[in-house]
Amino acid sequence: MAEERTPLYRRLSRRHLFRLPLLHSRNGKRRWPIRSAGINFALGYGVLFLISATLFLSFIWWSSTNLLNDHVRAFIETDAQELRHRWGHGGAPALSEAINDRLEQNIDDDALYLLIDRHGRRMAGNLPGWPVAVKKMNHFYELTIRRYTFTTPAQFKAYTLPHGFKLIVGHDIRGRTLLSTVITRTLIWCAVMISLLAVGGALVVRDLFRRMVGSIARTASAVANGDLNHRIALTGSETDLVAETVNTMLDRINRLMEGVRQVSNAIAHDLRTPITRARNQLEEAFFSATSPDELRTAVDRAIGDLDHITGIFEALLRIAQIEAGARRSAFTTVNLNQLLSNMAELYEASAEDAGLSLALDVTPLPSLFGDERMLQQALANLLDNAIKFSPPNSMLTLSAHPVMAGTAPGSGAEKKPQGLEISVRDQGPGMNDADILRAHERFFRAESARNTPGSGLGLSLVQAVTSLHHGRLTLTQANPGLKVTLFLPLLPEAERTGRSTTPAETTP
Amino acid sequence: MRILLVEDDPTVRSFVLKGLKEAGHNVDQADNGKDGLYLAIGEKYDIIILDRMLPGGIDGLNILETLRGQKNNTPVLLLSALSDVDDRVDGLRAGGDDYVTKPFAFSELLARVEALGRRGHNESAPETSLTVGDLTLDLLSREVRRDGQKIDLQPREFRLLEFLVRHAGQVVTRTMLLEKVWDYHFDPQTNVIDVHVSRLRQKVDKPFETAIIHTVRNAGYILRPTQD
Ligand SMILES: Nc1ncnc2c1ncn2[C@@H]1O[C@H](COP(=O)(O)OP(=O)(O)O)[C@@H](O)[C@H]1O
Ligand SMILES: [Mg+2]
Repeated sequence: MAEERTPLYRRLSRRHLFRLPLLHSRNGKRRWPIRSAGINFALGYGVLFLISATLFLSFIWWSSTNLLNDHVRAFIETDAQELRHRWGHGGAPALSEAINDRLEQNIDDDALYLLIDRHGRRMAGNLPGWPVAVKKMNHFYELTIRRYTFTTPAQFKAYTLPHGFKLIVGHDIRGRTLLSTVITRTLIWCAVMISLLAVGGALVVRDLFRRMVGSIARTASAVANGDLNHRIALTGSETDLVAETVNTMLDRINRLMEGVRQVSNAIAHDLRTPITRARNQLEEAFFSATSPDELRTAVDRAIGDLDHITGIFEALLRIAQIEAGARRSAFTTVNLNQLLSNMAELYEASAEDAGLSLALDVTPLPSLFGDERMLQQALANLLDNAIKFSPPNSMLTLSAHPVMAGTAPGSGAEKKPQGLEISVRDQGPGMNDADILRAHERFFRAESARNTPGSGLGLSLVQAVTSLHHGRLTLTQANPGLKVTLFLPLLPEAERTGRSTTPAETTP
Repeated sequence: MRILLVEDDPTVRSFVLKGLKEAGHNVDQADNGKDGLYLAIGEKYDIIILDRMLPGGIDGLNILETLRGQKNNTPVLLLSALSDVDDRVDGLRAGGDDYVTKPFAFSELLARVEALGRRGHNESAPETSLTVGDLTLDLLSREVRRDGQKIDLQPREFRLLEFLVRHAGQVVTRTMLLEKVWDYHFDPQTNVIDVHVSRLRQKVDKPFETAIIHTVRNAGYILRPTQD
């Protein structure tokens, strides 16, 4: 139970952010085992840093050893030049003396010399013997040699002198070893520092991620626990995009929940009444009907009530279905002119029967991408209301016009219409402002409408159908009467279906 | 007519069974998909009434699809508790000929069953005129005469009368008229159909001695030719 109660975001973070399972294979393919975005981020960053530091230091190593070598070689060349000069002046003894002088003055102990005679005897110098590797004359060698107790890298060059004498001038380049040690050490330190930075960075980034996700997850878990009013706080960071989307989603869920609540309240109140009536009728007939006819009448009325209840159910379900947005699948290109004239024809008879005249005032309309059946149902509901609430000998008007994008009438002949407006106007009692505001609520019926048939779902359905088409439903007082207007925008989908649309024409 | 009824709910089944028998039909029944399919394939029926949802794996749509797959074109009426437009479309697409949602009035079901049964019979060459009793409809010139006297009708009134004439002697319900004459599938909220029928009566019945269009209480209308 306690485990169950851990907040969602905690569970989330524990399970998903820091999961480090063994490398597991799916379809034989190895997958990166670390799931935490923060750690991966820091790891990637660290590796990148390390690679660049190594490259950088390698470059330094390479260029400084080159510099060092050039330096040493130049030194060897000039030194050899000078020594050969000495030979020119005083022969082997002068050269030996010069070598000995130099060795004495060489405090760094990095100069190397060897002078041998024709028989290979050592005449002067601090090299113990002729290095085996040195075969070619006038050629630079880099060798590791033994000196005293240690070995050290050195550069040499051998020269031939007259009378079979040979001279080696060299230089101990132990300094390079020193440099390499320094650089290696630097590299190691760099690695350590970078690792520290990476770990620290991982922690920081992880924490950052966790905080970002945490705020979303906290809200989600609050919502999951029933608090639908909780929203993610906007911080101005990149996660705001997610936060805003989630908040919008929550708003929508909230509205849907509100709808569900309204419906369940409505069912509790508004369905109970006809059910009670049916039940009472049947019960009374059961106990007190004295003739089969009386019984039949009661049963007949109860059947009527049940049909009414079924009708309410159907209407509620249809509204719910439309609001869930599931009905877009039935969208096709609808010829509204035809739809309107057919509807007018169907209802004209009913209007006439009620002593009303129905006028049709429609200009050519562009075709609309929509749900034909639902549009018919919406119009039917409006026409039914108008007929139902109109006094005899009055007039109903069904009109429809394209709406141009924000232009004065007459000037929009070449403009594409932005939408269209369908309205039903009657000369009945109309509605007051307070009732107009509530008209689209489920089961709402104005006080004055109590003795007309209906269940107050007609306009709710019209509202739902209008929203389904991204449109707007407005009720206005027409003095006398009510004018109900549906604005339906022409959606780009209509263009995408590729079917031709009737060119819009405007009336003068 | 010989009818097969496949429905699992015992109350609905016995209610429909009783009604169909009283209307003079010969009915076989099945309470599950397997038996229903067996009967539907093995026997010859004029019409099959199928509940869409059936227990035991084989549902109404499966039976329907199997039948149609075997080129069996017996008219099928689907019964369903699903009133969603998409479900209806699914049912009709699978080869169903009509669709009635629960709860339904028996009169509605009977009217549709009889209309379907009738349709199975007169699939002959296209006619150019229809005659019942003293009423004649010329389908080409759209002219209507009763007792030799010409009657002027609006196009829609003509189609309404044509539908009634084609189903002469059968009850047709208001929803059937709305669906078949107007091709509308929505709830009209008011008695729109009644008004149109009464207009038609003004022209077809009023000037004459006997009425041929009759109202059937709790059901709909029937066109009954004058007996002479
Ligand atoms: N044309 C109208 N004239 C006056 N009042 C209207 C009109 N249309 C709707 N109303 C008011 O709005 C209410 C809700 O309408 P509706 O949702 O269609 O339900 P119903 O028609 O079942 O009463 C009606 O009960 C009525 O009070
Ligand atoms: Mg209404």
